[in-house]
Amino acid sequence: MASEHFQSRNTDTSPGISTASLPDIVFMLLIFFMVSTVLRETNLKVRTRLPAAEALTKIDQKRLISYLYIGPIKQGENQGQTAIQIDDALIENKQAIRQIMYTKLQEQPKLIVSMKVDRRSQMEVVNEVQQELREAGTLRINYSSTPASPGS
Amino acid sequence: MAGFFKDDNKQRRDAEIPSGSMADIAFLLLIFFLVTTTINVDTGIGMTLPPKLEQNQEPPPVKERNMLKVLVNAEGQVLIEEEPASVAQIRGEVRRHVLNYGKQPDYAVSPSDAVISIKTDAKTTYQTYIKVLDEVWMAYREIWGQVARTGQLPNGETVLQKTYPSYQEYRASLEPGEENVIRESIGANISIAEPDLGN
Repeated sequence: MASEHFQSRNTDTSPGISTASLPDIVFMLLIFFMVSTVLRETNLKVRTRLPAAEALTKIDQKRLISYLYIGPIKQGENQGQTAIQIDDALIENKQAIRQIMYTKLQEQPKLIVSMKVDRRSQMEVVNEVQQELREAGTLRINYSSTPASPGS
Repeated sequence: MAGFFKDDNKQRRDAEIPSGSMADIAFLLLIFFLVTTTINVDTGIGMTLPPKLEQNQEPPPVKERNMLKVLVNAEGQVLIEEEPASVAQIRGEVRRHVLNYGKQPDYAVSPSDAVISIKTDAKTTYQTYIKVLDEVWMAYREIWGQVARTGQLPNGETVLQKTYPSYQEYRASLEPGEENVIRESIGANISIAEPDLGN
């Protein structure tokens, strides 16, 4: 009886490794990425090569950030001209910034404006934008910059 | 032939849904998310702009000696208190200014009164401005680091019960809502002056 039982087992074809848990593992990874990241929202119309700095702070709460880009236009007839971009659109009239930012501030009172300014841009435009931000009341700003090694 | 349609034969073989492609689908989704998302944390120099002044309201008065004026021109040359200087000198000057405690008449009366004023030309590049601002912030960070390591203010006053290897460690150890003693005693007052119009 017993020997018969063993024989039938041995003649079975080699068992494949179970891959049933593989989808679970991958889905777990997927969900982790979905939760921990934010979708890339804007396509940039201006070039922003950020300056390097040492005294950096991290902004962990991405939901508070609103981006503002200043730099030369990448393509089109006005290529190379310094322009301001908020979300997906270039800002023609600087006065419009205060209205846009004011609306954003109403939605998120702890708003941080992350300024991504090209390193070759001049302070004139940066100052004008800052005056507009003061008008709007969005006073928390962040000069986005890349880490620099000390002494360089 | 008839045995093929027998009931018991059907019950023994459970129908299995093939789930081999499930992993492939999940991987596809995963790769899509990896490609379309940004993981990098935003880093930068945080600042708080001064609130808008009401009309006819004078800016708050600041004593001349408490103000360290840093001027940057279009070529990236620096003037500290009307004296030509280099960017690398800013850090030391800020430290001397903030930690003066009224000893020298040209520098600040106390750290909380000290104001660093940065003024740029309209044609100054952003990179130069960030470099100058960075030096000022690093000066403050060095001072904070020193306070955290020794537990004392530079004038000898003890403010911390125990010492920390760095200011970052001290800040991380704070409970939410707890007062940051170092920031309270040596606050960074950096003012960005209205720019010259380049005439």
